[in-house]
Amino acid sequence: MALDSKIPEGPIQDKWTNYKNKINLVNPANKRNIDIIVVGTGLAGGSAAATLAELGYNVKAFAYQDSPRRAHSIAAQGGINAAKNYQGDGDSNYRLFYDTVKGGDYRSREANVYRLAEVSGNIIDQCVAQGVPFARDYGGLLDNRSFGGVLVSRTFYAKGQTGQQLLLGAYSAMNRQIARGKIEMFNRHEMLDVVIVDGKARGIIARNLITGEIERHSAHAVVIGTGGYGNVYFLSTNAMGSNATAAWKIHKKGAYFANPCFTQIHPTCIPRSGDYQSKLTLMSESLRNDGRIWVPKNMDDVIAIREGRKKPTDLSEEERDYYLERRYPAFGNLVPRDVASRAAKERCDAGYGVNATGEAVYLDFASAIQRYGKEQAKIHNIANPSKEKIYELGQKIVEAKYGNLFQMYEKIVDENPYKTPMMIYPATHYTMGGVWVDYNLMTTIPGCYCIGEANFSDHGANRLGASALMQGLADGYFVLPYTIGDYLSDDIRTGKIPTNSPEFDEAEKAVKDRIDFFVNNNGTKSVDHFHKRLGKVMWDKVGMARNEKGLKEAMAEIKQIREEFWKDVKVPGSANEMNPELEKAGRVADFLELGELFAKDALMREESCGGHFREESVELDGEQKGEAKRNDKDFAFVAAWEYKGEPADAVLHKEQLEFKDIELKQRSYK
Amino acid sequence: MNLTLRIWRQKDSSAKGQMVDYKVNDISEHMSFLEMMDVLNEQLVNSGEEPVAFDHDCREGICGMCSLYINGEAHGPDRGVTTCQLHMRMFNDGDTITIEPWRAAAFPVIKDLVVDRTSFERIQHAGGYISVNTSGNTQDANAIPISKHAADEAMDAATCIGCGACVATCKNSSAMLFVGAKVSQYALLPQGQVEAADRVKNMVAQMDLEGFGNCTNTGACEIECPKGISLDNIARMNRELIKAALK
Repeated sequence: MALDSKIPEGPIQDKWTNYKNKINLVNPANKRNIDIIVVGTGLAGGSAAATLAELGYNVKAFAYQDSPRRAHSIAAQGGINAAKNYQGDGDSNYRLFYDTVKGGDYRSREANVYRLAEVSGNIIDQCVAQGVPFARDYGGLLDNRSFGGVLVSRTFYAKGQTGQQLLLGAYSAMNRQIARGKIEMFNRHEMLDVVIVDGKARGIIARNLITGEIERHSAHAVVIGTGGYGNVYFLSTNAMGSNATAAWKIHKKGAYFANPCFTQIHPTCIPRSGDYQSKLTLMSESLRNDGRIWVPKNMDDVIAIREGRKKPTDLSEEERDYYLERRYPAFGNLVPRDVASRAAKERCDAGYGVNATGEAVYLDFASAIQRYGKEQAKIHNIANPSKEKIYELGQKIVEAKYGNLFQMYEKIVDENPYKTPMMIYPATHYTMGGVWVDYNLMTTIPGCYCIGEANFSDHGANRLGASALMQGLADGYFVLPYTIGDYLSDDIRTGKIPTNSPEFDEAEKAVKDRIDFFVNNNGTKSVDHFHKRLGKVMWDKVGMARNEKGLKEAMAEIKQIREEFWKDVKVPGSANEMNPELEKAGRVADFLELGELFAKDALMREESCGGHFREESVELDGEQKGEAKRNDKDFAFVAAWEYKGEPADAVLHKEQLEFKDIELKQRSYK
Repeated sequence: MNLTLRIWRQKDSSAKGQMVDYKVNDISEHMSFLEMMDVLNEQLVNSGEEPVAFDHDCREGICGMCSLYINGEAHGPDRGVTTCQLHMRMFNDGDTITIEPWRAAAFPVIKDLVVDRTSFERIQHAGGYISVNTSGNTQDANAIPISKHAADEAMDAATCIGCGACVATCKNSSAMLFVGAKVSQYALLPQGQVEAADRVKNMVAQMDLEGFGNCTNTGACEIECPKGISLDNIARMNRELIKAALK
C-alpha cells in the first residue's frame, strides 16, 4: 500500500483552517449512535476521551492503572510550550513551528508541526479555564521559562509538576463526562488486540486485570493513546507499566510503524547505582535554565574525586570544563537534548565521568545561587552583604523554583544538591518514533487512530523540551475531535457493531491462547530476566551511538533472546486472577519484537540525525567537526515499516518529506 | 543487609488473608523499598511461588499508585515520600519489616497489598471539575488575572496525588484531606466560583456515601501525606460547606 499523508493543499498557515471548513460533520443526534474506544488515558487519550464525549459520542476509555489520573503523563515535570508571546520576546506560531522542525533535525512533517504550533495557544486557554494552577507573576499573569533549543521564553509551568496538573485537568474533564455517562471508564484493563471487520478497526479485546476475564468491546473507531516504547531499554524514565503492546498489536494487524530508531535519551537523569535498579529518574530540563554542566579539566582531579580525596566544590573555576558552554557558546547549557546527551557521553567515554561507574557529570547551581543572592540583596537594600547572606538569599530563590526536584534528588541519592553539585547522566526518556499516521492522525488501518507519544508525527528525530505535553493535548483536545468526525460521518447508518462476529471470535481466541501458553509454559527464567537482557543489548548497541556492526549483532542477539523467551519463560499463577507477572510477560514479548525492528530501522538509516547517531556519519572537518552529519539527499523520509511476520522481514515504505516553508540546513547551536 | 519481611497475603477479595514471613538477604541500602520488593518477587518466582502483588507504576513519587503500610505507617518511616521513594537506608540489618495494604472499609483489598480505591474516583465524578467544554475559543488565559498567592495556594492543594495515605493513616478512615484538597483547589481560583456550592455539597455527600469516616482533627493525615497537603484544606472545605448550606 502506498503511503498517503493526506496533507491539505494551500499555504501552510491556511491548511488547518481550510481543512476544518471542508470536512464532513456528524450531527449531534447521530453522534449519540456512534461509539469510540480510546485506549490510554494520559494527556492524549484523556483529553481525546473527554472532548469526544463532550461532542456527544459514546466513549469507552481504557487504562491499565486504577485511575486515568495515574497515566505516566503525570510525571512530566518542566512545562508545556505555547506560542503566546506573553513575554513579547518575538515568539510566534511560525517561530514555534520553525524551532520544532529544526529541533527535530528536519525529519518531521511540516504540515503537522505547523498545526501543532497553531493550536498551542488554545491549549493554555483551555487548561486555565479548567482550573490548572499554572505559575503566575505578582501581577497575576502567567509566567514562562525557557527550555532547550529555543531562544524565547514560551514554556508554561506548574512548579516541577506540570504534567501532573495538565493530566488532572484532562482527568477532571473526563470525570464530568463519566458522571454524565458519556464516558464509560474501564480502569485496570489492558487492550490485548484490535479487531478488524471488513478492513476497518471495529473493536478491541481487553483483559480485566483484576479478574483475568477476557472482554470484547466494539466501536465505530479505535483510538490508541498509549504512550511510547522507551521501556524496550528495560531502564528508562518511563513508568514500570509503560508498554508498547497496544501500538504493537495494531502494527501486527496492519498499522505501519514509523522511525522506531528515533528515541530520545534525556541528558539530565540521576545516574544508575546498581544492578537491582528498576527505573531511572529524570531531573527536569528546566534545571538547565540555572544549572551549569561540567566535568573536571584534569584527569588527576577526576581520579581524586572518584577516590574521595577531593570534592567537586574544591575545584576552582579554572579547573572545570563547562563543556557545553565551551562547545556551543550560543545555546550553552540549553542546547537540545540529543546534543547535550552526546556531549556528556563524549566526556565520559574520554574518561572524565565523576562517579564510580564513570557515567556521571555535574549539574551545578553554585553560580545561580550567587547570582540570585546578589540580586536579592539589591532588592532588599542590603549593603555589603556577607558571603553567607548572599548564599542564603540565593538558595531561597533556587528552592522556590526547583525545590521539589532538589528534594527528589536528595531522597534518591542522599546528597544535598544545594551544597554539592548534582550528578547526572543521560537515560532513555521519550520515543519520537511510533505508529505512522496521516494528517488526520489515522493509521494505515481505516478507523484506527493513534495520538500523542504513541504516534510518530511531530517531533522528527528529536523532541524539544516541553513539547510532549503540547502534542498530547493538541492531538486530544483540538485535532482528533475534528478529523475523526470526518471519518465517522460515513458511519451514521451503521448501527451498533456486534461482538459475536467471527472476527471477534478469532481475535479473542488468539489472545486466550497466548495467555494459556504463558501460564502453562513452566520455564525456568522470570520475565524480568529476559527484559533485562534485551535492555542491555539495546543500551549497548542501539543506544546513544550506533554502528553497522553493533546493529547487526543487536538484531541477531534480540532474536536469540526472543527464541529463548518463548521456550523458557516462567509465569507463575493462573490466567483467571490478578497476575502482574502475566501482564509483564505479554508486554516483554512485544518489546522483544519491537527491539529488533528498532535495530533494523537504525541499521537502514545510514545518517546521523537528532537522537539517532551513526558513528559512520559525522562531520570530519570545519567548525562542525565531530558533530552529527545528516544526509538529506538519501534520508529525508519517514521510514514506515509494514509487518510481515518476523521483525527482520518487515517491509520499508518511504514517506518523502517535503520542506516548502523551512530551508533544510545543518542544525547549528554554536 | 538481611531482613525478615512480614507481608499480608490474600488470594483475592473474598479470601481470608494472613501475614506470611519471608527472608531477603544482601539488600543494598541504596535500593528503593520497591526494588527490595522486586528482589523478593524474583526470589519467589524462581522458587515457584506466587509473587506478592502490590500497586506501583511511575516509581518517582507522582502517580500515586504505590500504597504500602510499612511498620504501621503509610508509605513507611520517612517523611514527604511515597513508598517508591522510600530507601532501604531507612532500615537496619536484621530488621523485621511489617508490610500491609491500606486498611479502610472504603478501600477493600483486591489481592495481597493491592486495594480498590475507586471510591476516590466516584467522589471526583461527583464534582471534581469545572464545567467547561473544549472549544478552541475559550477566553485568553491572561484575561483572568489570578493573584500569585491564590495561584500558589491552589497549586499546593492540587499537588495531591490521590494515593489514599490520609485515609489509611486516619483512625476514622476519613477522606477529608483528599476531598478538602480538591475542593480547595477550585475554591481558591476564580474559575471555580460558579459551581463552588454544588461542588462541595456533592463531593462531601459522595464521600459520606462511600463509607469514609469523619474528621476528629488528629492531624495524622497531614503528617503522613507524601505531598505535604495541609490541614487548612479541611478547614477550607468546611467553610465552603457552611457557605453552601447558607445559600
